[in-house]
Amino acid sequence: MQSTMQTLRQLNLSQYVVYIGFLLIFLFFAITLGGDGFLTQRNLTNIVLQTAPITIMSIGLVFVLAAGEIDLSFGSIVAVAALGSAVVLGDYPLFVGVLAGLGIGLAIGFFNGVLVAYLRLPSFLVTLATMGLFAGVARTMTDLRSVPVLNESFVNMFGSGSLFGVPSLVLWTIGAVALGHFVFRETKFGAHVLATGDNARAAQVTGIKVPHVRLLVMMICGGLAGLAGLLYAGRLQAARYTLGESDLMTVIAAVIIGGTALKGGKGTIIGALVGSLMMGMLNNGLILMGLSVSDQMIVRGVIILIAVAISLRDVNN
Amino acid sequence: MDLSNTQAADVLQLKNIHKAFGGVVAIEDFSLNLKAGEIVALVGDNGAGKSTLIKIISGVHTPTSGTIAIDGQQTSFKDATEARAGGIEVVYQDLALADEQAVYMNMFLGREKTKGPFGQLDRKGMVQETEDLVKELDVRIPSAKTTIRNLSGGQRQGVAIARATHWATKLVLLDEPTAALGVAETAKVEENVAALRERNLAVLIISHSLDQVFRLSDRICVLRRGQQIGVRETAKTDKNEIVSMITGV
Repeated sequence: MQSTMQTLRQLNLSQYVVYIGFLLIFLFFAITLGGDGFLTQRNLTNIVLQTAPITIMSIGLVFVLAAGEIDLSFGSIVAVAALGSAVVLGDYPLFVGVLAGLGIGLAIGFFNGVLVAYLRLPSFLVTLATMGLFAGVARTMTDLRSVPVLNESFVNMFGSGSLFGVPSLVLWTIGAVALGHFVFRETKFGAHVLATGDNARAAQVTGIKVPHVRLLVMMICGGLAGLAGLLYAGRLQAARYTLGESDLMTVIAAVIIGGTALKGGKGTIIGALVGSLMMGMLNNGLILMGLSVSDQMIVRGVIILIAVAISLRDVNN
Repeated sequence: MDLSNTQAADVLQLKNIHKAFGGVVAIEDFSLNLKAGEIVALVGDNGAGKSTLIKIISGVHTPTSGTIAIDGQQTSFKDATEARAGGIEVVYQDLALADEQAVYMNMFLGREKTKGPFGQLDRKGMVQETEDLVKELDVRIPSAKTTIRNLSGGQRQGVAIARATHWATKLVLLDEPTAALGVAETAKVEENVAALRERNLAVLIISHSLDQVFRLSDRICVLRRGQQIGVRETAKTDKNEIVSMITGV
């Protein structure tokens, strides 16, 4: 037993847990739900489409966590950005509505970022507060009413449309993952994000502009949450204050299971993508199994707990 | 002390450096010249002002009065970044390494090599340069791609010194480089420090180990409670004299 544990430890399971978990959950549902439509192309495509906003948010969170910070407010940003965009689209053309949504996300990210980077308030507390603050803003913006999105090109671009037969939500996912991966993995900025989260003092004495990095990761997270809001609004053809409300746990779980360290200095965009798809697949399979909403929550909670425990194991030794 | 010896060859010239934090005097009238290829040890009890002096030279603190000249050019670094651009590198007591990153990323931390139109990291180039450097300095690490977390204390120290060696063009400041190391690792690090002399860099080293100071240095500078007690040539002094200068008895 002792030696088996040691071998397991040396394998550094945490790096692969997301891929193994993904495969296991896929196989489990394929076997148990194969006859219930889980394996149909339509259902599998649906999983990817439904997961698109989660994937987009998880990319932002990888940057934030890798830099040693946290953002709890992105769910509220989704709602405010979606509502803002939907309201603007009622009177203005497509690009103004898009700019409104992204701009709101970036602005809230900037607000979070200034408090975290320059006033050195802990990001956990700052974003806990702004999460509540902007959830309230989302509720007052339209007095709890949902706002329909009638702009067809917007709906095509962010919802039901497609390009060369590829659904636009898939294109947004691929684009955001590719760009996020490149910036995170291949640029100086990505290296500075990791260094800042790993050892902020070392980063600072080697000339990295640490406050700048912290501000930018909060803005990236806010901007991507804004984009996620547009995707929700496009797919549902409406914006509502509840959008993004329940995504906090899903996104954090996807990112951590994907192999990004909660304490900073380590992260992967591809892992976050697979983690997000795994969470989406889990949702989908549990619904197909006919579990009640409360049972789904329990099962999902247990599975996340197991996956996170395995992911974080090597941090403790 | 001989201050007339201020030829152009002196890499660092500190003249009448005075530093006070509020009303508290940390350094009182400190003057020292360092030549290229020379190792000077800075010794003194805790709170004597050694670390403050290192911070003044590396641009972290500005002296209240007095002048700093590099290669005869008077300078006033506003921060550590400017000092680094001026060819001064510091090996900090805590090493300032990012533990989850690879050795080569630490070697180029904040100064990453890039290539291509989109400014991609030149990992290959950085790995190659790191491999060459650790080989040349005989820092024994498994590979440039090893994560710092997986290195021993001595290996980490070796990486920190190699980084300073790589980037310094004039002066390396070392703050207690072997405080946390065992005997064999200390010997290795001392070799690395001695190798800086062959690269014609000036070295200022803080150490609590007098044995080490006598093994490594060309001159010894003693501080006591912010006052410069004196500078001795290592070959012409002994431990007893230095100890009495440090303690004042």
